[in-house]
Amino acid sequence: MTNVKVNSVAKTYGTTPVLSDITTEFPEGSFTSLLGPSGSGKTTLLRIIAGFIKPDQGVITIGNNDVTGIPVWGRNIGMMFQSYALFPHMTIAQNVAFGLERRGIKGAAARKEVDRALEMVHLPGFADRMPKQLSGGQQQRVALARAMVIKPSVLLLDEPLSALDRRLRQEMQVELLRIQRESGLTTIFVTHDQEEALTLSDKVAILDKGRIVQIGEPETVYERPLTRFAAEFLGDSNFLTGTVENGAVRLADGTMVRTTGTLPSGGSNVTLAVRPEKMSIASGPTDGNSLTARITTVIYAGPVLSYLLETADGLPLKLFAQNRDGKVLSDGDTISLTWAAEHTVPVAD
Amino acid sequence: MKTLGPIYLIAILIFLYTPILVMMAMGFNASPLYELPFHFSLQWYDALWDNSILLTAGLNSLVIAGITAVLATALGTMASVALSRRTFRGRSLLQLMLLPPIAIPWLITGTAMLIFFYWTGIGRGMHALLIGHVALAIPYVVLVVGTGFKTIRADLEEAAMSLGSTPVHAFFSVTLPLLYPSILGAALFAFAVSLDQFVISYFLATPGYTTLPVQIYSSIRKGFTPEINAISTVLLLGSMTIILIFARFAKPGDTSDKR
Repeated sequence: MTNVKVNSVAKTYGTTPVLSDITTEFPEGSFTSLLGPSGSGKTTLLRIIAGFIKPDQGVITIGNNDVTGIPVWGRNIGMMFQSYALFPHMTIAQNVAFGLERRGIKGAAARKEVDRALEMVHLPGFADRMPKQLSGGQQQRVALARAMVIKPSVLLLDEPLSALDRRLRQEMQVELLRIQRESGLTTIFVTHDQEEALTLSDKVAILDKGRIVQIGEPETVYERPLTRFAAEFLGDSNFLTGTVENGAVRLADGTMVRTTGTLPSGGSNVTLAVRPEKMSIASGPTDGNSLTARITTVIYAGPVLSYLLETADGLPLKLFAQNRDGKVLSDGDTISLTWAAEHTVPVAD
Repeated sequence: MKTLGPIYLIAILIFLYTPILVMMAMGFNASPLYELPFHFSLQWYDALWDNSILLTAGLNSLVIAGITAVLATALGTMASVALSRRTFRGRSLLQLMLLPPIAIPWLITGTAMLIFFYWTGIGRGMHALLIGHVALAIPYVVLVVGTGFKTIRADLEEAAMSLGSTPVHAFFSVTLPLLYPSILGAALFAFAVSLDQFVISYFLATPGYTTLPVQIYSSIRKGFTPEINAISTVLLLGSMTIILIFARFAKPGDTSDKR
């Protein structure tokens, strides 16, 4: 159980920079998600930490050891792959024992460890089956047992749940979280599923074009996105642009919007992000920010109603509301919407 | 259409196997001129047993085919590993250049080899036959093993490495066992390519060292006796047995357990 440090790591393929100067730390026992679109470099970063890829520059430390020059097989990592990657010609027990054998643990001692690992993932009695006799979810559990049984110093997960269907995925998320909490293992998790990232992690790192745009607790990253990309990639966002005037922002139509965030100096242009669920339909005058907009579409999604709106200027907006009274407003209605200054976040473009 | 399918298949099998069956049957017919009515006799097998020239040639063929299978499979598998798992300069070109030798007429390849071996002083004989056959069989091995590689995901080796395997250990403990049916199939292919080979063998054999197809050809030119049928039958049953054993145990084409 150790922390992982990445110090000014960069990787270029040909002339395409995949990672540019990444410096970050994964504290001991933390569960960090690397979140980003494909091509953002999240998988490359994970594979550099694992030791599959050699960075062009920079240093990786696991615990207090510089492992930059150590290949993957010398790093004592536990890894889970998207495709489960169980060895098809070995039984479940042989699969789980593979890493033990490489560490010189054999026979009864290995058997005991294997049984304990299979029990941990709720698959006792599966030892003598072959991987293809197991369902996808069960195979993924075996992969987890195989990665954990070697007592790795860090657990690296490369989109391990993306091949499972929704229900199984949620089940595995709970399982993964339980096992990670019990073991206290530093875990780095690559995903493109933002909900998964928010549910599982202590920390979320958002990557874009080879850089970490923002890293922090899920709540911080979600509530206070630093950039337009972060606000857009993690959840939905409305964006309002205007100029700074007297500590507030004047939109193109003259509306003044207040924010508790730090604004640049007067006269400069600024973009504000507001989450759709932070906006509500005003029934009377409010002391918060407010705008008038016309409903273009109401989307009925069960517990939530999504309103697609448009202001008089043609600015598209989104509003999510709890479904308390059903669909009372319809397309074409003009509404007044309101939101608080503290939910108005200035973001960099 | 439904009834036409089986009829078509049966017709193919009849055209394929009838000549072979007739050939085998005539090996057991007493008449040296393939005359009917059929009189069962083992005399040609007796004669074959005493025909040391044919037997030696047959043995030569098996030895050459065996060594070719081992060498071509080892070299071809190594090439296939490189082509499937490594990236290096000129890989695509190499991969592409493997295919033409399969399509080039053997007569041309044989002539080229004869001239080349003559120039370089390699000459003719067993060693020349081996070099020729191995060179000829390697593209087949690379193709067959390469197809096997495509069914094995690269992340299996990565998983092994993450658990502490060196790349060499990962290859021998994970990839090779999964590749085993393909390698066996490739070896069989190489064996068959060598055993079958006439044109190139004809150019590279010496009067003192020939292979069975070459020897059969020269025997036929002198005159035809059912001894040829007898040795052909022995050879045929031998190779069919190998193929059936292989098909039973290696189950080529069964890739269901290789994710």
